[in-house]
Amino acid sequence: MKPGISHRSFVSYIDKSREYYQAQGYERPYRWARYEEVPFAPLSKPLSQCRVGVVTTADQGPASAPRATKLYTAANAEGGKLFTEKSWDREATHTDDPETYLPLARLAEHVEAGHIGSLNPRFYGVPTDYSQRLTIEQDAPQIEAWMREDGVDVAILVPL
Amino acid sequence: MCHQTVSLVARHLEAAGIPTVIIGSGRDIVEECGVPRFLFVDFPLGNPCGKPWDVAMQYDIVGGALELLERAWLPRTTVQRPEVWARDEADALWRRRFMQITDENREKLAQAGEARRREQAEQRQKKAAGA
Repeated sequence: MKPGISHRSFVSYIDKSREYYQAQGYERPYRWARYEEVPFAPLSKPLSQCRVGVVTTADQGPASAPRATKLYTAANAEGGKLFTEKSWDREATHTDDPETYLPLARLAEHVEAGHIGSLNPRFYGVPTDYSQRLTIEQDAPQIEAWMREDGVDVAILVPL
Repeated sequence: MCHQTVSLVARHLEAAGIPTVIIGSGRDIVEECGVPRFLFVDFPLGNPCGKPWDVAMQYDIVGGALELLERAWLPRTTVQRPEVWARDEADALWRRRFMQITDENREKLAQAGEARRREQAEQRQKKAAGA
């Protein structure tokens, strides 16, 4: 057993970012999404027969690119060429290995092992936005529509 | 913010009947939002699917996400992966250092905030003048 603790050991990004922006003089803290009800869809068939679709927050272009370009689909072969200008931990690590945030090669290995039916040939990019409304009303329905077009059965979502 | 975005998308997909799993490292953001299945990897932000170039670890973590997809029976199921980023002081360091506010950078942060607000105000003025 480790020595006891007086604070939780998991980083609270809600607390950290609030204090960080407060230190920059932003008085009104961001209101994070919080829901009581959580939807749940059980698997309708074994995973070994399912097609998997992947959603990433990595971008096709630089952060300054127009928002419209950040809601996109791309062939899996393009997965190694993404921009990762997000607020990940630049002091502790790097994003030089795309498999650490967009695990398309690892998923292909799980297809080969028979754990999943197939990996969708394209993946989906979603813009990271302070506006929850845009994510909910515009981006999420578009990703759902693309998944239906592709016959995706289950989704893996990976934030940077 | 990325964690909130995918949490909102996961909720939408799930309500539409598409089962989802999130692989992430920002536990509080995902759990407060409320999602069906969350594979928590207790790493610095940026590498939720495993350490760079560690193919075996990445394979295991992705496998964990698949297992969670298959086996969760209730929403708000969080599973924490056993992998650790670093031990002892090195582990405490990355947790402490991210967005850290210290006596050394406090003044700088305040100035950066001022500068940013000034810049934003100027942009707004320019826009208004051009419109």
